[in-house]
Amino acid sequence: MVDKSSLGAEGVRFEMDIERGKIREFAKAVRSSHPEHWTGERPVVPPTFLTTMFFWEEANPGADPWERVKMSQERGMHAEQEFIFHGPPPKAGDRLYCTSRIDAIYDKQGRRGGTLEFAVKVTEFRDADGTLVAEARMTGVETSKPPEEGP
Amino acid sequence: MSRVSARRSRSHAPWSPAPGSLGAPGEVPAWEEVRPGGEPPPLVLEAVTRTDHVRYQGASGDMNPIHHDEPFATASGYPAPLTVGMFQAGVLTTWATNWLGPAHVRRTRIRWKAPVFPGDALTMSGRVVEKRDDGDVDLELACTKADGTVCVQAWMTFRLPRR
Repeated sequence: MVDKSSLGAEGVRFEMDIERGKIREFAKAVRSSHPEHWTGERPVVPPTFLTTMFFWEEANPGADPWERVKMSQERGMHAEQEFIFHGPPPKAGDRLYCTSRIDAIYDKQGRRGGTLEFAVKVTEFRDADGTLVAEARMTGVETSKPPEEGP
Repeated sequence: MSRVSARRSRSHAPWSPAPGSLGAPGEVPAWEEVRPGGEPPPLVLEAVTRTDHVRYQGASGDMNPIHHDEPFATASGYPAPLTVGMFQAGVLTTWATNWLGPAHVRRTRIRWKAPVFPGDALTMSGRVVEKRDDGDVDLELACTKADGTVCVQAWMTFRLPRR
């Protein structure tokens, strides 16, 4: 069961530095040899790179409001994910200031019976001037039985 | 391994693709040149391996044991450790950035439909669904298993230069 009282919870702000080596590591993991990730002083991030905010978020106690959702690790799954860039994507050398909140919690009936519980975490990424440069929306789902075939 | 047409190559500094990479980036087309039916051929990942899981987990920071710890995964009801869904979603976006360039990405939305396990063959493809006058191009993408099961659907928006 997800904890519905976590709706609206906001984490403390954390910093995320966009790093050249991390971009290479991530590009390799998603099988990309694109020179815009691998060459130059300030390579651009791959489309799903901001998921590496994990490394910055977990080092900051109170940064991740998702802990308060209390989703099961066995029956919880990633249902949807969105990354929005409000302009060109971040590049190595950028420092982003990030804040996460629990934006939505809702239920749906599953097609094979049982209730699906959804929770949405939104993270905003801003530059030093406070301009919104990117957003991430993560939707998790918890099934009421083992998710052998997905939701 | 990957089936990619011989597109015009970019003039970049000398550069060797990372081992294991899929496809080859080409010159980014102008907005006017992009059209439904003109998409490049799919990328094919012939067999997902546990090494793919581990490499992605290390890179992303998602260390959920269900993706690498066999006893944990089987005790949770899975036949084997399933991939991190973001792995196949990331490779799917590689198909699109090889074509339209990573600097032009403005939006990526991903929905997972079915789990992926070691040994699965995955095909990454997509099509143009809309072109807007501001230079935006909307794509719909799919990661599909050999039996036709769609594992990931994704929607991406690129802002392309105009001629």
